[in-house]
Amino acid sequence: MPLNPELQGRVFPPTEPYLVGREKVREFARAVFARNPINLDPEAARAAGYDDVVAPPTFAVVVQEHTLAQLLADPDAGIDFSRVVHGDQRFTSTRPIVAGDLLTATLTVSSVKSLGAHSMVTAESSIVDETGAHVVTAISTLVIRGED
Amino acid sequence: MAAATATPTAPAFAALAVGDVVAEREFPLTRDSLVRYAGASGDFNPIHYRDDVAASVGLPGVLAHGMLTMGLAVQPVVDWAGDPGRIADYQVRFTRPVVVDPEQGALVTVVAKIGQLDESATVARIDLTVKLGDDTVLGKAQVRVALG
Repeated sequence: MPLNPELQGRVFPPTEPYLVGREKVREFARAVFARNPINLDPEAARAAGYDDVVAPPTFAVVVQEHTLAQLLADPDAGIDFSRVVHGDQRFTSTRPIVAGDLLTATLTVSSVKSLGAHSMVTAESSIVDETGAHVVTAISTLVIRGED
Repeated sequence: MAAATATPTAPAFAALAVGDVVAEREFPLTRDSLVRYAGASGDFNPIHYRDDVAASVGLPGVLAHGMLTMGLAVQPVVDWAGDPGRIADYQVRFTRPVVVDPEQGALVTVVAKIGQLDESATVARIDLTVKLGDDTVLGKAQVRVALG
């Protein structure tokens, strides 16, 4: 099934709110070899002026993942998941994610390109807190390999 | 999130120079690391823990999650910056897979160097060199650190 060229500019519905748990942040921090006490110890985080432990810079992927699942599951998008390769990734933050945050993500397909037999889709997921204030935008470029 | 009032001391911006190596670290990855990251992130793609599945899709072996490599590669910069909240922007390109041998594992090395200094914004761009042996595994790996 070919990629739908009209995907560019498409905005998906906001995801269900994601409550950032302290132990999830600590688990993720240990998994990426973080050793900064602000990621792991609530006391150290409070001493640094945060309400609770601060998530590592790439933690936003956990929330972004729900938006990418929307994109990949949409039959109208025409993306064959078995041919998808992660090309680029970027996180642009207004502030770090902190345990206790309630986050909602909205995906926009910012670009669709063809490169020979391959296609490239750039998806920007804007993540906001419960007040609607921007926290971080996670941007992925997915490469969809052409038919063999 | 409260205002950061007592964050650990940031590196003095005025003392930095383009080309300075600010951090280096080695990350020994094992299959255990991949299982831990799968659980922490929710990415249970079996190419990251099953040799038979990796082989069936033509991969040279079980691979580390690209997002694990991205997540660990920024940690030396987090330690240098003192506070994970100072990471304002982080981007990478996934250029080469990290194959993790079931017995030997894989050793990922990271060197973090100052690539650019924006004096008006007191933002340092840190360029990461991330390697598996002699091979670079992340391209255009850049971290913007707000030091104001």
